[in-house]
Amino acid sequence: MDAISTLTGPIIPLRSSNTDTDQIIPAVFLKRVTKTGYDDALFHHWRQDPAFVLNQEPYRHGGILVTGPDFGTGSSREHAVWALRDFGITAVLSPRFGEIFRGNSGKQGLLTGVIPEEAVERLWAAADASPGMQTTVDLVARTVTIGDETIDFQIDDYTRWRLLEGLDDIALTLREEERITAFEATRPSWMPRTLPVQTGTR
Amino acid sequence: MGRTLAEKVWDDHVVVKGEDGSPDLVYIDLHLVHEVTSPQAFDGLRQADRPLRRVDLTIATEDHNTPTIAIDRPIEDPTSAKQISTLRDNAAEFGVRIHSLGDKEQGIVHIVGPQLGLTMPGITVVCGDSHTSTHGAFGAMAFGIGTSEVEHVMATQTLPLKPFRTMAVTVEGTLRPGVTAKDIILAVIAQIGTGGGAGYVFEYRGSAIRALSIEGRMTICNMSIEAGARAGMVAPDQTTFDYIQGRDHAPTGADWDAAVEYWSTLPTDDDAVFDAEIFIDADALEPFVTWGTNPGQGSPLSESVPDPASFSDPQDRAAAEKALAYMDLAPGTPLKDIRVDTVFIGSCTNSRMEDLRAAAEIIKGKRKAEGLRVLVVPGSARVRLEAEAEGLDQVFLDFGAEWRFAGCSMCLGMNPDQLAPGERCASTSNRNFEGRQGKGGRTHLVSPLVAAATAIRGTLSSPWDLEMDARTEQEAMA
Ligand code: SF4
Repeated sequence: MDAISTLTGPIIPLRSSNTDTDQIIPAVFLKRVTKTGYDDALFHHWRQDPAFVLNQEPYRHGGILVTGPDFGTGSSREHAVWALRDFGITAVLSPRFGEIFRGNSGKQGLLTGVIPEEAVERLWAAADASPGMQTTVDLVARTVTIGDETIDFQIDDYTRWRLLEGLDDIALTLREEERITAFEATRPSWMPRTLPVQTGTR
Repeated sequence: MGRTLAEKVWDDHVVVKGEDGSPDLVYIDLHLVHEVTSPQAFDGLRQADRPLRRVDLTIATEDHNTPTIAIDRPIEDPTSAKQISTLRDNAAEFGVRIHSLGDKEQGIVHIVGPQLGLTMPGITVVCGDSHTSTHGAFGAMAFGIGTSEVEHVMATQTLPLKPFRTMAVTVEGTLRPGVTAKDIILAVIAQIGTGGGAGYVFEYRGSAIRALSIEGRMTICNMSIEAGARAGMVAPDQTTFDYIQGRDHAPTGADWDAAVEYWSTLPTDDDAVFDAEIFIDADALEPFVTWGTNPGQGSPLSESVPDPASFSDPQDRAAAEKALAYMDLAPGTPLKDIRVDTVFIGSCTNSRMEDLRAAAEIIKGKRKAEGLRVLVVPGSARVRLEAEAEGLDQVFLDFGAEWRFAGCSMCLGMNPDQLAPGERCASTSNRNFEGRQGKGGRTHLVSPLVAAATAIRGTLSSPWDLEMDARTEQEAMA
């Protein structure tokens, strides 16, 4: 994963709340076995409408998505993050996120920041006033700046640190290999085992 | 101070305690795998040349893409076929146990774990699927994860996890006949909204929960994620132990005794404190349905489609307006006047024996409404066989329903079981999102009893309406 500290791009105003991951990427696109190539699948049903924001210039090439509460609820599909990333969305700002979606974003280098609802309105207004104006998201300072306006966003320290360093979770965990093995030695014997296969009891 | 059920299970799985805001490293006891969220994870292992650490704690099945008719023929959709063959190849390469289409233990991943006796109290369960919360019905800590985390568990059998808050969801009283576990959870979500549980692990408590079977508890825990909760749990009790004992992978002998002794220590201590609590009065509950496009947009069936103007929160109002436009519903329409085209009985929420028996009991000896399509999809191949042994398949077929093979089917329409644009469905599944059951399809979430009554009358109905019909008929005859 690449390290990130600041991101720039236009604010994309997505005027919607409760945007579940079925909307971000419908199930028919989950049949692929790869991790890339999902840009066309992003918001596929909504993009059938020519007036949808991502069909408009200057938003067709990605940027910073600013949207209403409960973004990324529902299904755990990480494809939602891959599709946003493939389209060129580098950060999402919302008052509240689906938790699994937010976790997935952190693993894939997509920045998610929590901002108050009133800040969402201000950023939308700023984007409407001058569509395509460049905005900077500063992960070090935890701020988003558009024109002379600066708004704080929230992201937890641990995710921020991993994004800033571009760290791979698995490699980090494997540093604890010895403690994992020691823990395994203490697991009680009644715990479930999938192997060897038992069948025919009931 | 005492601890809650969730805190006890968590504490016993911490491998490394996080410091300074970093997460705890938590051990995972059971990893369930299916074809949709695993191919990229297996690829990741291969690229990094890492083994799958504990194949004996991992099990795979095929469910999301599988056809529910003609399962002996090759899968027609080449991308679905490819995803399934990829899972089979990966399972073979890494040595993972797999239950493929045609196997007696194949089925929806959340039906398979419990029926094999692998799901137990006091363990941690994960799966690349948000409805993993189902397994919390046993008093397990179970939650859905993304594909990066699937790879992480495969490689390390652990996950770095942030601490959670606890919410008691207390349901006291007695459900009236015709009201079920599904109505409880739809009422909970309508009360707190789709984001109301964010950051929390729910514990469902109270006399109404205690009175439920394990299958009913699974229905409730299954939809915890629909309220935004990370997981939902029910403390284990004798009902739980009885359900597990004797299953294929249940502990036996001294292991059984040790397990029951430990499981009995898990219920929340009397002096434990929850971070939040909500109450539901079971006596007052009615059959519940959704009218909108998220699971929080629901009402008792006796009410009408709400007027968006009645919502004080502007976001809720806008969401309701958008939902009614998509659902093609006018404010003020009695919910019971809504006519459906399809009834779907299935999904990891409601496709177990208890659900099929309840639906069959209602429709027995009757015919479905004219022009209606009724799809009955058992949750697993084993459920299908058990239902057939009881003759339920014949009851459904005589009614005019289609009796299908096991899988996720029309819950998400990845296989050919989909709604056509504009089609309206009463569905026992868990998500009424736009296009969830097929592009342009309109979903009303209901219990199996409401699904069955709706299939008879053609409009959203509960068993109470059938009783009224019967009474009216009797009076007319007298
Ligand atoms: S039945 Fe539906 S909700 Fe359950 S695992 Fe399958 S697709 Fe997901």
